[in-house]
Amino acid sequence: MPTEIPADSVGLVTPQIAQFDEPLTLRSGRVLESYQLVYETYGTLNKDHSNAILICHALSGHHHAAGYHSMDDKKPGWWDSAIGPGKPIDTNHFFVVALNNLGGCHGSTGPTSIDPTTNEPYGPEFPIMAVRDWVTSHARLADRLGINCWHAVVGGSLGGMQALRWSIDYPERLKKCAVIAAAPKLTAQNIAFNEVARQAITSDTEFHQGYYYKHDTLPRKGLALARMLGHITYLSDDSMRDKFGRELKTGKLNFNYEIDFEIESYLRYQGKRFSDMFDANSYLLMTKSLDYFDPASDFDNDLSKCLSRSQCKFMVTSFSTDWRFAPERSKEIVDALVRAQKPVSYLEVDAPQGHDAFLFPIPEYFSFLRNFLNPAELGTTEGAAPHAS
Amino acid sequence: MRHDLKYIANWVSTNDRVLDLGCGDGELLAYLSAEKNTSGYGMEINIDEIIACTERGVDVIHQDLNDSLDYLDDASFDTVMMTQSLQQTRHPEILLNEMVRIGKRAIVTFPNFGHWTTRVYLGLKGMMPMSKTFPFRWYNTPNIHNCTFKDFEILCKEQGIRIIQRTVVNTDLEESWAIKLMPNILGQVALYHIEKQER
Repeated sequence: MPTEIPADSVGLVTPQIAQFDEPLTLRSGRVLESYQLVYETYGTLNKDHSNAILICHALSGHHHAAGYHSMDDKKPGWWDSAIGPGKPIDTNHFFVVALNNLGGCHGSTGPTSIDPTTNEPYGPEFPIMAVRDWVTSHARLADRLGINCWHAVVGGSLGGMQALRWSIDYPERLKKCAVIAAAPKLTAQNIAFNEVARQAITSDTEFHQGYYYKHDTLPRKGLALARMLGHITYLSDDSMRDKFGRELKTGKLNFNYEIDFEIESYLRYQGKRFSDMFDANSYLLMTKSLDYFDPASDFDNDLSKCLSRSQCKFMVTSFSTDWRFAPERSKEIVDALVRAQKPVSYLEVDAPQGHDAFLFPIPEYFSFLRNFLNPAELGTTEGAAPHAS
Repeated sequence: MRHDLKYIANWVSTNDRVLDLGCGDGELLAYLSAEKNTSGYGMEINIDEIIACTERGVDVIHQDLNDSLDYLDDASFDTVMMTQSLQQTRHPEILLNEMVRIGKRAIVTFPNFGHWTTRVYLGLKGMMPMSKTFPFRWYNTPNIHNCTFKDFEILCKEQGIRIIQRTVVNTDLEESWAIKLMPNILGQVALYHIEKQER
């Protein structure tokens, strides 16, 4: 709990809801007749609405990217390290919008929401979302907020894929695109990890083909297992060794199948915590969206051809120990952008944290991001006093 | 401002698309962009230099020049430049060929190991030469492929690379009549404007 709000925090924030009654036709062909998006904003929109930045979230993310919901919050939003007054995404200059994607479980319409046609939760009936569907819904939120063109769309991991999709689908609606720790499509190995995670969930006896709400239960064990697997792939061997090594929980080997090592205890804790706050159907959906992402597939599998539509400046960042989305994958995006003759800067950050590094305030990475976003380009900063809405 | 910038700028046309290999803090690209409205990128391996580039608004790609540049299309840049880095690369002859493949023309500058001070140093002292242009000891020098102007020109000939123009200068990057007369002995740095020989 923060006894006082740090000076570089956006402070106390309140999520907002936008209701949309215009049907959204999805890539799958299915239609969401109406839906809602939950979002938060930080900073102030300037007079000509030119200082807005959209933050796209990763797999298990949501709208609460920075600040605190109450003085009882143990932790701030998931990307508080980067968003706030004086931080790389500087709320003294920028109006920051962070939302929860459709299909999520933190307020935006998703599997836990009530399907108006049945008056029951959608559950597994909720349509699988493609990254482009999310981007279309983001654009509608932008319309609602009066933002015709984003100063930047920024995202890490699955968020980076959304940022990339933004540059392809709405080239005239963003000036800059920051693609962090992402890939132009998943490798077979990555899809394999996602499939094991999904199998962990669907083979839980409490899963009930996804209709677990009806049975008044939750596939907690499966979801925890899925998260444990994911968690391992987000860290690096080095970071795990530094944090846990082979430290023993009780100081001795017990020769049973209870917890011996600290890392086991840590993974079980993370898995349990996650299963208390995340919906299994949402997890299945998000991993499928990741698997399906491959924008080049509509352009003869030529990423360069695909990105030739974009009109924005790009920043691509990768992290040396990220093996889930390795630097080589980011480099594929950079190579395609150079071949398409698009403006791009690329940095591989030397960081021990693995895929999770994109959430850490690593000085070189943050300088790179700050310079790329460059608030000086906005000219005057009138009406941009730090304030959280 | 670096003195060599104005020489290089003479060989770059307005609106050219340029690639600067080993671009450092991006000074040359920023200069060319301001003076000649060029576009393009720098490539650099040093993180601090990369950050410095972005501070100037210069687009920069984190790349080791020893790694492949295969992904760049033939003649996709008007000019590919490399200042004072050729001697530090693992395969200078491959990189040189890549430069004239990717660029319609290329500009290379490097220090001359054939300068008289270097020759005298090795001749009299019997030690690896050190000078203003070669300030390193033999064991800690990043320059692993030193050459003289003569060596370089022989390499160009062998590789089918045409020298469009050459400017030879001293360490203060100034030209003089004496240097023009005996460049391989009196010149310390050369700037070469090159292209692939028509076959």
